Amino acid sequence: MDHALSEEVETQVEKRPGRLREFWFYFRENRGAVFGFWVFVAFVFIAATAPWIAPHDPTEQFRQYTLLPPVWQEGGSWTFPLGTDPLGRDMLSRLLNGARYSFFVGIVVVVVAASGGILIGLLAGFSPKWLDAIIMRLMDIILAFPSLLLALVLVAILGPSLINAMIAIAIVLQPHYVRLTRASVIGELNKDYVTSARVAGAGLWRLMFVTVLPNCLAPIIVQAALSFSTAILDAAALGFLGMGAQPPTPEWGTMLAEAREFILRAWWVVTLPGLAILITVLAINLMGDGLRDALDPKLKRS
Amino acid sequence: MSLLRLRNLSVEFATTGGRFRAVDKVDLDVDRGDVLAIVGESGSGKSVSMLALMGLLPWTAKVTADEMTFDGHDLSKLSARGRRRIVGKDMAMIFQEPMSSLNPCFTVGFQIRETLRIHLGMDRKAAQKRAVELFDLVGIPDPEQRLKAFPHQMSGGMNQRVMIAMAISCNPKLLIADEPTTALDVTIQAQILDLLVKLRDETGMGLVLITHDMGVVAETAQRVSVHYAGQKVEEQPVRPLFRAPHHPYTSALLAALPERATDKRLPTIPGVVPGQFDRPKGCLFSPRCKFADDHCRKVPPEPRGADLGLARCHYPLNTDERLAS
Amino acid sequence: MLRYVLSRFATFVPTFIGVTLISFAFIRVLPGDPIIVMAGERGMTQERYDELVKQFGFDRPIFVQFWDYLTGVLQGDLGNSYVTKKPVWDEFFALFPATLELSICAMIFAVALGLPAGVIAAMNRGKFFDRTLMSTALVGYSMPIFWWALLLIIVFSGNLGWTPVSGRIDLLYYFDNVTGFMLIDSLLSGQDGAFGSAVRHLILPTIVLGTIPLAVIARQTRSAMLEVLGEDYIRTARAKGLPPGRINGLHALRNALIPVITVIGLSVGTLLAGAILTETIFSWPGIGKWMVDSIFRRDYPVVQGGLLLIAVMVMIVNLTVDLLYGLINPKIRKR
Repeated sequence: MDHALSEEVETQVEKRPGRLREFWFYFRENRGAVFGFWVFVAFVFIAATAPWIAPHDPTEQFRQYTLLPPVWQEGGSWTFPLGTDPLGRDMLSRLLNGARYSFFVGIVVVVVAASGGILIGLLAGFSPKWLDAIIMRLMDIILAFPSLLLALVLVAILGPSLINAMIAIAIVLQPHYVRLTRASVIGELNKDYVTSARVAGAGLWRLMFVTVLPNCLAPIIVQAALSFSTAILDAAALGFLGMGAQPPTPEWGTMLAEAREFILRAWWVVTLPGLAILITVLAINLMGDGLRDALDPKLKRS
Repeated sequence: MSLLRLRNLSVEFATTGGRFRAVDKVDLDVDRGDVLAIVGESGSGKSVSMLALMGLLPWTAKVTADEMTFDGHDLSKLSARGRRRIVGKDMAMIFQEPMSSLNPCFTVGFQIRETLRIHLGMDRKAAQKRAVELFDLVGIPDPEQRLKAFPHQMSGGMNQRVMIAMAISCNPKLLIADEPTTALDVTIQAQILDLLVKLRDETGMGLVLITHDMGVVAETAQRVSVHYAGQKVEEQPVRPLFRAPHHPYTSALLAALPERATDKRLPTIPGVVPGQFDRPKGCLFSPRCKFADDHCRKVPPEPRGADLGLARCHYPLNTDERLAS
Repeated sequence: MLRYVLSRFATFVPTFIGVTLISFAFIRVLPGDPIIVMAGERGMTQERYDELVKQFGFDRPIFVQFWDYLTGVLQGDLGNSYVTKKPVWDEFFALFPATLELSICAMIFAVALGLPAGVIAAMNRGKFFDRTLMSTALVGYSMPIFWWALLLIIVFSGNLGWTPVSGRIDLLYYFDNVTGFMLIDSLLSGQDGAFGSAVRHLILPTIVLGTIPLAVIARQTRSAMLEVLGEDYIRTARAKGLPPGRINGLHALRNALIPVITVIGLSVGTLLAGAILTETIFSWPGIGKWMVDSIFRRDYPVVQGGLLLIAVMVMIVNLTVDLLYGLINPKIRKR
């Protein structure tokens, strides 16, 4: 389009902003993304410092204070600001400590799924047609199973625990990275700079990791942000079904499962862990949307 | 009173880096039967001014003009509904990319009948009959069959003929052709241009031809308006312009024509049209002009008189010739 | 078009064999011996054990076992449940209508709200309506639906008492299972209030299951519309002087639907995953609850067979979507 090259009104010369600054500029323009970013920072901070900022031990049972409501409701007390659960454990301390598990799940799953997926995707993109076809069929097979169901069955095989839940979720999420990486690798391979690197005599490894991979990273970064939130959600769902972290671990999904029978008597034991999951996942998704808008030049305003 | 009259037309885009002026105080007149060519490099704002006229710019664009009249209607005061009654009927436009300018999900017949039914209120049968006529007129063989085709089943040249048939379907008074041949093969280019000129001769409509190809201009146009970086830098009838260009930019464009080259190497204009971040202070062409001096770099020139082709230049060329004649 | 259909089928067959292989391998990598598990607490004699090994064919070479399994699958033989002793195939198709009914309702809910919401948001890009709608969609997209279900139960069943908490219909109604779809069966039974009861039972599960597809469809429709609205042919439509309703509702939407249909198809997988949680929470007697219960009961033939059948269902839906995609996209249809 012509106007993409059009001129500004002022006559003074302005400098074109650098790439990172430009990214930050577009990211900052999205207020939701910045909000999500700060919430995520707070989440990471809580995850890192939970044992020190929590008022009580998350597993300590104050038997005389079971099902105490939050402080703003009648009968609440400042000793337990967000009330207590059926076993008299402090909700606030449990929620703060729960952030650790969710963060841990998110990081591990994303690192495992992304590194495995990127490697396989690169391999598929660079390999001969038959190998590429085999890899992609394999990924199709994994994707044919609903992710949560496959994770559930995998955990059933491996035995219910948080670590096994993480392995299962990573396996389930990894085909998305393979597909994404392969698609962008194949898109990049036809471009002139790759040909020129080949002509210049770059070896296969150099071509894969130095020439092509950095140019495929933008969609992968966005996918990483989105699968971080998927991992937290799925781990919580597994915990809720009793196939993730086991009681008395203060994992948010497990807490919800334990509190289910008190759903109509004590709203806070059900509402608060879910709210924690929702806020965390929402913040990460907001950030992911902002990343996508800032990294995808197609959506930029001309 | 001319068919189309533009005075001081400016278009600004609100972007993240501030406001950018794509079209800067442009005046234009087009009469019935006129063929006006608008010439300039990519980024000179020639398409944008015509899109502004048609009301096709995105919402980030702000259009201002002292006067913008078409066939007695003041376009700047017209409601959206009132404008839609003119656009596509009395004032039509065809575009550079015929392949992507037609909707891939509908047959070309549907797309052409749709225009006829909306503007002229034709029923299905009448629209079909008229569509066949139009396809004949623009030289598409076997019209009944072709009307059932989807755009991706036809060549670029055929699609451009469909676009032309669609544009002239309601007998427009003005047809704007935005680089209609750029995306086509060279042999097809001449056919499309011949078709446009033939249609102009038959219907008496005004024709605005946006192009960056001086060869196209020489063959088809009557008047030429040269644009650079959003400004009109010169306007003359086609013969005098080719004989005696007044603006150095026009002169440089003409010198770059292969048939005019005297040297072994084809002369080029160094540099590119200034963009958002490198707009010069004085004359916009000064960084690329071989005649520019300090005065040019500091003070933006105003358009000269009609005898100098309204050239926006401190030192217009070929003034001696004017004195001699 | 024929070539397109054939190429789709060509990818379907190896994926099917792969899925079968995975569900076959599943029972063999289980920790512990499946026969011991089957015997339960009481244990068994060595003779009985050997007899069972022979009966299940565990003593034969692995590829022979796989061949038997594959031919069995193709004939509808997935073995019998350890718990109920009934064929897995029959159990699956007895429970499947319940899941199908819930999924269809959830999908209708998601499409009926998500599609118009996305279109309207795209037409009002950047305005208040767009922002509100897209923020809501993102919240929906981020929702832990097991918690969302509990919240809805607290409000609509607990506080307001409008909807029942579990099951498909009140216990006072009893009628024959004709189609397996409670909405249709309750109407056929002609009993007063049966249909109303079925609807009330369906409302909350539908909302819970439809929430994430709703958010996904609304977001996808909006971005597809925005992309299409920037295309050259939309400019042509505007240059023809067409009214905005026709441009957005016909020229743009027709093109935007192509990617949206794909997304709707893909969310069927999400829907089945969601059905696991939804059915568990609302005690909805469908495939999802059946699978979860079987996993806890270590009823391996059920888990194995259910996994396979669900995957095949997803594959069939994806194949249908692919073929549908070919139908609505004239570039593929007419070639």
